[in-house]
This record gives sequence, structure tokens and C-alpha cells, in this order.
Amino acid sequence: MSKVIERDGVQYEVIWEKPKGLKEKQMHYCPGCAHSTLEKLIMEVIGEKGLTENTIGVSPVGCSVFAYDYMDIDMQQAAHGRAAAVATGISRVFPDKLVFTIQGDGDLAAIGTAETIHACNRGENIVIFFVNNAIYGMTGGQMAPTTLEGQITSSSPHGRDVKLAGHPIKISELVAQLPGTCFVTRVAVNTPQNVKKTKAAIEKAFNNALDKKGTSLVELVGNCPSGWKMTPVNSYIWWEKNMIPMYPLGVIKDVDNN
Amino acid sequence: MGEIHLMKGNEALAEASIRAGLDAYFGYPITPQSEILEYFSRELPKKGIAFVQAESEVASINMVYGAAGCGKRVMTSTSSPGFSLMMEGVSYIACAELPCVLVNVQRGGPGLGTIQPSQGDYFQAVKGGGHGDYHMIVLAPNSVQEMADMPSIGFELAEKYRIPVLILADGALGQMMEKVEFKEYPKKNIEQNWATVGKPEKRDANVITSLFIESEVMEQVNIKLQKKYEQITEEVEDCELYHADDAEVFIVAYGISSRLAKKAVDLSREKGVRAGLIRPKILWPFPTKVIQKYATQAKGFISLEMSAGQMIEDVKLSLDGSVKSKHYGRMGGMIPAPEDILKEIESML
Repeated sequence: MSKVIERDGVQYEVIWEKPKGLKEKQMHYCPGCAHSTLEKLIMEVIGEKGLTENTIGVSPVGCSVFAYDYMDIDMQQAAHGRAAAVATGISRVFPDKLVFTIQGDGDLAAIGTAETIHACNRGENIVIFFVNNAIYGMTGGQMAPTTLEGQITSSSPHGRDVKLAGHPIKISELVAQLPGTCFVTRVAVNTPQNVKKTKAAIEKAFNNALDKKGTSLVELVGNCPSGWKMTPVNSYIWWEKNMIPMYPLGVIKDVDNN
Repeated sequence: MGEIHLMKGNEALAEASIRAGLDAYFGYPITPQSEILEYFSRELPKKGIAFVQAESEVASINMVYGAAGCGKRVMTSTSSPGFSLMMEGVSYIACAELPCVLVNVQRGGPGLGTIQPSQGDYFQAVKGGGHGDYHMIVLAPNSVQEMADMPSIGFELAEKYRIPVLILADGALGQMMEKVEFKEYPKKNIEQNWATVGKPEKRDANVITSLFIESEVMEQVNIKLQKKYEQITEEVEDCELYHADDAEVFIVAYGISSRLAKKAVDLSREKGVRAGLIRPKILWPFPTKVIQKYATQAKGFISLEMSAGQMIEDVKLSLDGSVKSKHYGRMGGMIPAPEDILKEIESML
């Protein structure tokens, strides 16, 4: 039986609530952005599993830099690209705590590639949330390592030329090669169904970390309406039409099913 | 009487750090400090203390950030080129006010330079080094014994003031063997209610950050840091004095150079020249008051450094033109000879 609340004599069925673990502060994310959904889902899972007292999060440099303003848990803010190293430091002194990072594609797939790959290779018991929206959102929409071929950005105004700028990098496939990772999956939050799948992936990744199975990386294929210079609705269309074919959703590695 | 051992400076520092209550070490190999990493790699896992050989100095300083943010006693060590790589992380640590102990066993530079001892990183150590307005407390051992004494002192200062503390050693101190006595080091006795340890229901979430995007807020953070640095400048000072009471020529020297300076003072005294030594054991804050006190009786000051002359700027600032002063030193891993230092002393008369 679902929860029912009454307002002004009318009964409403509660189908979604703001998780208790989110602070009152209004998020700064642009309308339509996937970041906010991910942070809500993470706090839902932490709340449902009763992990608030046992969790330390790491925010990056990029759009989710202010995650600590929203997520009501102890958090550290890392230098650009270094979140996986910071998480390693935390996890090694608190091996029984749940430690996670949220990082964008510029942070994780460019300046922080070394820290990311080596944390995965050591099999740190951490969860890495990788929000891939194919652009540097916070600095104003420059080309990222994950920017699609031909995609126009503020620093690839003629479209990404792979001869000059290389091909979009697929981090999830890369780290799935490493024995240290136990779970690598790609999710999206563009449909209610995908939101549910994302939540399930978060739960699984957290369980892995608590069970000390190694590193889990959850890649959220996201959007960036402002950086892509689109309305939120058009960004959803572009997301589905261009991003997901390039970065196909689904489990890439799961040691439980191998 | 504690135990007496014959050890390399690097190893003495590592062993003393464990005895001082180290909770975690993160490092990367580089000559001439690799013995620290190796010693920890051997000893820490046995004791259940966290140890990671990181993929770079960039990673190790950020692991320090993470573990220090949890309120643990954390250390990293490196040598000059590696310390340059750490500057980003040190700046973040300074702004986030995380206590930790860093070690730079200096080698000659710039660039890849040489693996031989040098004191060319003074500016980087005492003037900030990374971006933004910040300081570290900088300790300068001059013996294997002090390599062992300083980690504990460093942790205490780091925790008291919530500041990174740098032990600025050099390749000679790291590599040479001397006798060393390990003491009973004080246990950590400080409340760290700011640390990220997991949020209980009844307190607000703790956040470790160096981001204060509004100018009004950032300026207040800057003011708070500067007030702290002023307080440290008032409260923290440590100098060794040698034949200072009647000296008319002073050498100011730290680290391995101060050992040579002592010898040069002895040679001077044999010749009837009244030379003395001021040896800062703490380089930041600089012992300006000590220099000023002895300036009233001095004909001149020599800053003896294995560099092109860096600490001489702080000596000159302290003297403020009251007494003449000059730099003397060698570079590239070359060691100044006491006889040459003697000539410099005589030139000041």
C-alpha cells in the first residue's frame, strides 16, 4: 500500500519524495540536467540502506563540485581530476566505510585519467560515478575527451576533428579491462525506466564496496542542455539519438555474473 | 635512555614517524628519499597502517588530502622534482586546513638536475610554492637525530594549527648514517570535530573544501588564514645558536650547511676571529627576531646555503639594511668547504 497524503481535503498518492538526505539548498544545475537526478538517487539509496553515518563522498571540479551543498553527508572536495586519489586516501584509513566520487568527463577522463585508472587497477573499494555529457559544462562548454566526432563545442567550433583531437575515449570499456574493477556499467536517466535502472546500479555498486569486492564504476551517460546550446527537450532528443548509440547502456563488467 | 641505533636519515625519519603514531603513508619513488618509501612498505603492512605506493606524486599528495581530511596522522615524502608535482595538492591542503607532515629530501635542480644534495627549494618551501596566499610550517633538521625528532614535532604543530608541516631535508641528511635515539613521542591529544568520519544524525555534515566562490566569503577565508599565519609567526620559533654571544660575524645556515658552518666557526675561533652561527631549526616562520637581536653586535651576516642564494633574502629583510650581509654557497650538489667559508667570514671584517 503506497503512502497517501492529504492536502486541502484532497488525497494524493505519494509516488516520489525528496530524499531526507538532500539538504534544503536549491540545486544550481541547469533545467533538464542529469546531474541532479543522479545526486537524488544516490541519497535515496544511502537513506534507504541507512548508510548516512557510514559514508564519505568526494566531489570533483566540474558541475558537481557543489555536491556537498546538496548531499547531507560528510564530504571532501577534490582538486581537478584527483577525486579517485582522495577517495583512496579516505578508504585506506576507513576501510569499512562507503566511499564514493562523483566526477565529470573532463575531470575523470582527461586531467584525472591516471588517478582513475590506477585506483581501478588497485581495486580500491570505492564507487566512482562518472557523469559523461561529452563536454566541459562548468567552464562553458569546451570539447572534452568524450566529445563526439564532429560535435561542435566552444573549443571545437568546426566540430571535433578526430585527426587533430583524437577519438572519443570510452573510459568504461578501458577500466573494465582491469582486474581491480568488479562492476562497470553504463546507465542514463532520460526515461523513468532508465532512472530505475540507474538506482539499481547505484545499489549494486554500494553493495560491492561494502562487501570489499573492488572498484565499481557507474557511467551515467548524461546531457548538457546549456553546453550543447539546446533546450532541455531537444537535449533529451540529442542524448538519445547521438550519445547513447556512441556510449551504449548496459553492464560492461560484473564479476558476479562472470 | 631510549634505544640507540645506527641508521640512515631517511630510515630514522620513517621509523620515528611510526613511533609518533603515523596512521597512513602515501609516496612515490624518487632518489634520494626512496628509503623512506621502502622502509614504510616493509613495516607499515605488518602493523596494519595504511600504505600506498601511488602512481605519481600528484596522486600521493591527494591521497594525503583524503586521509588527512579524516583526521588521521598522514605523511608523504619526496625529493625536489616530486615536490614540484605536489604543489597543487599542498595549496588545496593549506586552504582546507588539513594537518599533515610532508618531507622533501632536496636534490639539485632546476629540472631533473642531480640526485646530489641541494638546498635549492627554500623559496618553494617557505614562500608558498603552490598558487594562492598560503604558508607551511617548515622544519629543517641537520642530523639523523633530528630527522627522527621532527616527524613528531611536525604532527603536533600540524594538528595544533591545522596546517601542512614540511620537513625540509636534503640528500646528505637522507643518505648519511649516524646514531639516533628514538624517544617516547607524545600521543595525539586533540579533538578534530571538523574531520569527515561519517555524519551522525545529530550533527551537520562536515565538508572539507577549498572552494569559496563568492569574493566576500573567499576574502574572509584569506583573512582567517593570514591571522593564523600571524599567530604562528608570534608563537613558533626554534634556533640553535653556536658561539653567538660574542660573535661579530654571523653565519646563518640550516640543514646540512649548518654542519659545515659550525666547522668554519671553529676554524675562525682558532684564528681569533669571533664568528658565530644562527641555525634556524624552523625556516617558516623565519627567526627574524633572533637575527635582529644579534644584528646589534654584528659586523656582518653570511647566509650559507647550497643554492644560488635564497634564504639570504629573509636575512636581508630581517636586517632591514642595519648590517651588511652576503650569500655564500655552492650549487649542483657541490658542498661548500669550511676553509672557503672561513675566507668569507674574514672578508666581512
